[in-house]
Amino acid sequence: MAEIQIKGVAKSFGSYTALHDINLTIQDQEFMVLLGASGCGKTTLLRIVAGLETATTGEVWIGGKRVDHLPPKDRGIAMVFQNYAVFPHLTVFENIGFGLRMKKVPNDEVKRRVERTAGLMHIEQLLGRYSGELSGGQRQRVAVARALAMEPDVILMDEPLSNLDALLRMEMRAELKGVLAESNTTAIYVTHDQVEAMSMADRISVMHQGRIVQAASPIEVYRNPAAEFVAGFIGNPPMNFLPATPQGAGKWAVAGQVLDGPQTQKALKFAIRPEDLHLAGQGLQAVAKVIEPLGAHLLVTCEVDGALFRAVLDSDLSVKPGDTLTLAPQSDRIRWFDPETTRAVA
Amino acid sequence: MTATDVSTGAAQRRSGHYLYAASVALLCAWVLVPLYFLLINTLSSPDTVNSFPKPFIPEFDWGSLEFFAGYDGMLKALKNSVVVAVLTMIMSIAVGAPAGYALSRFEFRGKGLFRMLVLLTRAFPLPLLALPLAVMFIRTGLDDTAIGLALVHTTLAIPFAVLITFSLFSGIPIELEEAAWTLGCTRFTAFTKVVLPLILPGIAASAIFAFVISWNEVFAAAVLTIENRTLTAFLLAKLGEAPLHLKFAGGFILVVPALVFIFAVRKYLFAMWGIANR
Repeated sequence: MAEIQIKGVAKSFGSYTALHDINLTIQDQEFMVLLGASGCGKTTLLRIVAGLETATTGEVWIGGKRVDHLPPKDRGIAMVFQNYAVFPHLTVFENIGFGLRMKKVPNDEVKRRVERTAGLMHIEQLLGRYSGELSGGQRQRVAVARALAMEPDVILMDEPLSNLDALLRMEMRAELKGVLAESNTTAIYVTHDQVEAMSMADRISVMHQGRIVQAASPIEVYRNPAAEFVAGFIGNPPMNFLPATPQGAGKWAVAGQVLDGPQTQKALKFAIRPEDLHLAGQGLQAVAKVIEPLGAHLLVTCEVDGALFRAVLDSDLSVKPGDTLTLAPQSDRIRWFDPETTRAVA
Repeated sequence: MTATDVSTGAAQRRSGHYLYAASVALLCAWVLVPLYFLLINTLSSPDTVNSFPKPFIPEFDWGSLEFFAGYDGMLKALKNSVVVAVLTMIMSIAVGAPAGYALSRFEFRGKGLFRMLVLLTRAFPLPLLALPLAVMFIRTGLDDTAIGLALVHTTLAIPFAVLITFSLFSGIPIELEEAAWTLGCTRFTAFTKVVLPLILPGIAASAIFAFVISWNEVFAAAVLTIENRTLTAFLLAKLGEAPLHLKFAGGFILVVPALVFIFAVRKYLFAMWGIANR
């Protein structure tokens, strides 16, 4: 059992504050992804959990034990680094067995566990090689196997797939998810890649400027972004925004159209995902600017009321730049944001 | 572009090549010709050394070297040189390597200043320091001892030991150490199990360089020792009286280890300069 609790963790480097009062609980055996652009503090947070960085204030608890004063080796964690950090002077076998040797595990047990984890990661045939004789993808597998061989309560991963090429990344993504699900460990996974986050996570914590903006399941983050930042960050292409003016009684004027919305008198922003727009007889008047056929669909970048607006439409459609399209937003997918607080309004 | 343009361009490139080759040849000759004469004269019989013209092919006569080995006090001086150089090597690594590690791994106030100051120890002319040092050494009883001279040589070698090990440690990703910490190592065991095996060749190179610095140093050796002279100081003192072939043999014995060692560790010296130039 290894539930991770992060309580009021903050971190400053001199006058720069990298993390502001982070509170997060990660359930036992949960796969938590920390997602954000570079510099948002996600790696710093992971390193604080690992014990490679000390928090300025706050507490870290793992499995009901306070660990923020302990060195990394006493926290029951294992970590996979972005550049793999496979020891170049040891064979793959000794790399995977390194942690077990440090724990003084008997020889035959080391052998058994190294071979088992090497089997899980499909690198049995590489056990005699050195890091210099491995490809990037193989080193990645060694790094993961080395972490798994420790049989840790918690496994921490810092952008482990970002140095692999696209095809390999997709393959490793699925494999890693499967292996981790079987190992019953709690995982924190740092990435800037939203596809990785969406496809692997039980829960995603979207981070921005040292704060967690939203921590929820992938589909919740996608469908109901808690803030404008999340809406603009998740999804490719991201959500469309248009200014909305209140017409009273829950009616809102958006680019000349009247739509149903929340019961408030403040000015709001209307938001809709590009794939939730359909051609209809009545709707937003959009002038097509750029048409990008993507095979499965057609990505149309257009202008609505002077603002940039994207729509994902059926690929059979014939549209030319300059055409005027009438786009109807799917009413249950419309979201509203308060431009002052940038938070979502129900 | 016309055909003439192409040919002038090619001609310019070719003359550039010639200039480059000539410069390289000149520089090589600058270094190699004296060494070659040293070799010829060392391996010639004492008579040939004193005659003129000189042969261009060594005679492989061991007379000079044999005479050198038999010369009174020479072997003792050779032994002293080795002892001082080994002590220098040990002390400069013992002090320099931890400093290099600290410079590469920790952020602290005055880090840039420290890196400057470490080099500045070489800015003081040794003759300026030698007299006060000699007085101090006589007071403390360190004069005319191997350890005393080794201390002076260590101060000369430390800047290089610090900068070479600094660049070596910086070349080892901190993630390797961090990975070791997460795998059950303390700072110390991570160092011995991961960093040390990776850095050992470089440490050896840096040690050899310290050895060579001490081996070649003559001024402090001449001032601070009387009875226990090192080879350089001994040769300097005997320059007037010793026969020519002895000087050649002594020079040869001095040059060869330095040359071989520097050649062996050249890769690491470039690394040091690469970092120091930043």
